[in-house]
Amino acid sequence: MATSNKTASLGGHAGHGDAVTRRDFLYVATAATGAVGAAAATWPLINNLNPAADTLALASIELSLKGIEVGQSITVKWRGKPVFVRRRSPEEIAKAQADDKAALPDPETDAKRVKKDKAEWLVLIGVCTHLGCVPSGQQVGSERGEFGGWFCPCHGSHYDTSGRIRKGPAPKNLEVPDYSFLDGDVLKIG
Amino acid sequence: MASTQGGPPAFNNAVVRWIDKRLPIFTFMHHEYGVFPTPRNFNYWWSFGGIAMVMLIIMIVTGIVLAMNYTPHIDFAHDSVQRIHRDVNHGWLVQYLHMNGASFFFIAVFIHIFRGLYYGSYKNPRELLWILGVTILLLMMATAFMGYVLPWGQMSFWGATVITNLFSAIPVIGPDIVTFLWGGFSVDNPTLNRFFSLHFVLPFVIVGVVVLHVAAMHVAGSNNPLGIDPKGPQDTLPFSPYYVTKDGFSLLAFLTIFAIFVFFAPDFFGEPDNYIKANPLVTPPHIVPEWYFLPFYAILRAVPDKLGGVLAMFGAIAVLYILPWLDTARVRSARFRPIYKWFFWVLVLDCFILGYCGANPPEGYFVPLSQVATLYYFFHFLILLPVLGKLERPLPLPNSIAESVLKKSAI
Amino acid sequence: MRKLLAAAAVALAALSAPAFAEGPKVKLLDVKFSFEGPFGTYDYKAVQRGFQVYKEVCAACHSLSLVAYRNLRDIGLSEAAVKAIAAEVQIRDLNDAGEMAERPGRPADRFRAPFANEAAARAANNGAYPPDLSLMVKARLDGARYLYSLMLGYEDYAKLTDAQKKELKLAADFKLQPNMQFNKYFPGFQIAMVKPLNDGQIAYNEEATTAGIKNDLPQLAKDLTHFLAWASEPKMEERKRTGVKAVIFLLILSGLFYAVKRKVWADVH
Repeated sequence: MATSNKTASLGGHAGHGDAVTRRDFLYVATAATGAVGAAAATWPLINNLNPAADTLALASIELSLKGIEVGQSITVKWRGKPVFVRRRSPEEIAKAQADDKAALPDPETDAKRVKKDKAEWLVLIGVCTHLGCVPSGQQVGSERGEFGGWFCPCHGSHYDTSGRIRKGPAPKNLEVPDYSFLDGDVLKIG
Repeated sequence: MASTQGGPPAFNNAVVRWIDKRLPIFTFMHHEYGVFPTPRNFNYWWSFGGIAMVMLIIMIVTGIVLAMNYTPHIDFAHDSVQRIHRDVNHGWLVQYLHMNGASFFFIAVFIHIFRGLYYGSYKNPRELLWILGVTILLLMMATAFMGYVLPWGQMSFWGATVITNLFSAIPVIGPDIVTFLWGGFSVDNPTLNRFFSLHFVLPFVIVGVVVLHVAAMHVAGSNNPLGIDPKGPQDTLPFSPYYVTKDGFSLLAFLTIFAIFVFFAPDFFGEPDNYIKANPLVTPPHIVPEWYFLPFYAILRAVPDKLGGVLAMFGAIAVLYILPWLDTARVRSARFRPIYKWFFWVLVLDCFILGYCGANPPEGYFVPLSQVATLYYFFHFLILLPVLGKLERPLPLPNSIAESVLKKSAI
Repeated sequence: MRKLLAAAAVALAALSAPAFAEGPKVKLLDVKFSFEGPFGTYDYKAVQRGFQVYKEVCAACHSLSLVAYRNLRDIGLSEAAVKAIAAEVQIRDLNDAGEMAERPGRPADRFRAPFANEAAARAANNGAYPPDLSLMVKARLDGARYLYSLMLGYEDYAKLTDAQKKELKLAADFKLQPNMQFNKYFPGFQIAMVKPLNDGQIAYNEEATTAGIKNDLPQLAKDLTHFLAWASEPKMEERKRTGVKAVIFLLILSGLFYAVKRKVWADVH
């Protein structure tokens, strides 16, 4: 409100001596308290726009890995985006590891993109890092690009069997979300 | 500051000077809110216009935020309000502020109106100012009514049904109008959707009328407890800092009471039935509107004829529009009207009695009581005010505001 | 100023009239809850016991559609316990093949409703519809006391004496309909719900028994009401806590503004 305005305009016609400082202190204290109150009152309105509790409750999902064969992929929806979970074949793993030394636009080793002793499981956010399309390569027989991983049909980005960008306009590797393995072949994403 | 009154203000800040030369908003603010000459004798009742304006802002801000999480569909509306309470961060606070804010907005506006009635603020040259104010009240009532429908509880649904059905009292075209209002054959999803749309947009119309209301006030100048015009600088004070601080204090005191209700009795003004999801097949045993409509609801039910009741209810607002010409008194303030002063308080009591009747089922003694109270309401405006103005002999007015103020402080 | 306060007090008294205008016909049982009053809080042990009562008795017919299993974390249950409670129920949901199928519940799910829809609920309950309990405490006048009284208000109509009938102001032509129960506190005195709680019906856990919590009808009813009060407004404690801060702050700021106002006006008076 007009608090700051007021202190400025009042400074001029304050009295003399001690009265001046006492009076000024009161104005400054009131203006400061008012400002704190205004800020505190704004916070609930802003906080309102943050994700709500029911949205956050879905921020992590758990899924059973039972029944996913070697060489098979599944897609799950997580935080409104597709997540690719692929059980890689030994050949795919070997290829990915061999390419660690290749010229990569976004250098990263395959080992860093999977969990230790779980190299079989590759978990990726299925959103092309170029302009946000969903790459193909999940279904059997779908286009998987020159490197046998995923291929983004929008602008022709090729990803390898580790989900790393190899060719095309995308600048980054497919993102690996936070995930962990729980007891009983359960994958927890988020 | 007072010495610069009228003249162009000198701004220290270069940016402010640059803007002000091209668009003199700072000069405008300085004249209208800085040095604006305001009668020096306002009492605290004069704070309620500003308080009402702050409540309007609170309602708009909380409403915009609520709309982001509200779903205007009959299947989801009730649950979406509860989701706001349970899951949305601080949603409970914003919803309670909005819900109780409506009541406190009306409290401020009602006090503001009765202050105007007591001190004759509607009289020449402030007739248009008053008419704009009554228009704001009418828009507020429409907005509040539609807002109450949005949570889609039992009272929402049945309140909407009863009030929209009022229009069926209009001869010949009544039923068609009701169907038109509903967008169907009963209060249903199309009704909820249009009410949401209108409830969102009407507050901005209110803001527009408030701007006109305030502009008109700055032309005629404020009335004051003595009802006499300021005769010179000795009768006025610059709005800032005097009334900024005085109104600021009243505003904070008002907001404190508001906060007590929001945080410690949020359902005080509400009806338990509105926490039951709307059910078109079950009418609650006792339908009551929100408290601010109760006097009007009592007038509606006091008239045994359907059309007559509707006309009386709208008439209760309509008389306020012609009030400036009904009151024939030569002086404004009730301070100098020894008889009117008493009748003013009788009118206040009458409105409370009407409210009490509106809250109770139309049975037993409530029927004659509400009829007498309704008759008195119209008697006050249509007969008493014109006659009293001619008969009453006002007390002698003081020569000036300053004289009156100084005399008082001398005692 | 004093006049203003007096006027405000009168106005408030007048406004509260509608709240008192209609009330239950029979005086409710006098029972105190810890969540009442401006500083009252929930007793989460009682809420947990009440949840047990809801789960073992009420949930057979009454939904609690606004509460999610994850919300049980707020009453003090562990994450593992919440997961286990959620997993006990089967939720109908779309499976990967796009078909409706049952899957074990997850913490993010809302409480599963006992019936698929209102028609199914009525069909299973002699035409009566067991209402959702999520907001029951807020949806009735003096809701907590009403629910408590309702649980304790069942009477054998055949055994009612004339004096008791007179005390209840029972209509002369009152007739208990078939499949209906007599309840002193239910509007109209006939309720379709069979007496839901009885002495000793629930076995509370060891913690409660060692703490001396009985499982007689009044205790069960009180705990259940406590749980439903929490379900009606899980954010009540946050509301009151914030309120104390907000009101104290506003009082201080009002005081400061009053002092500023006095200073500013000092040279006018």
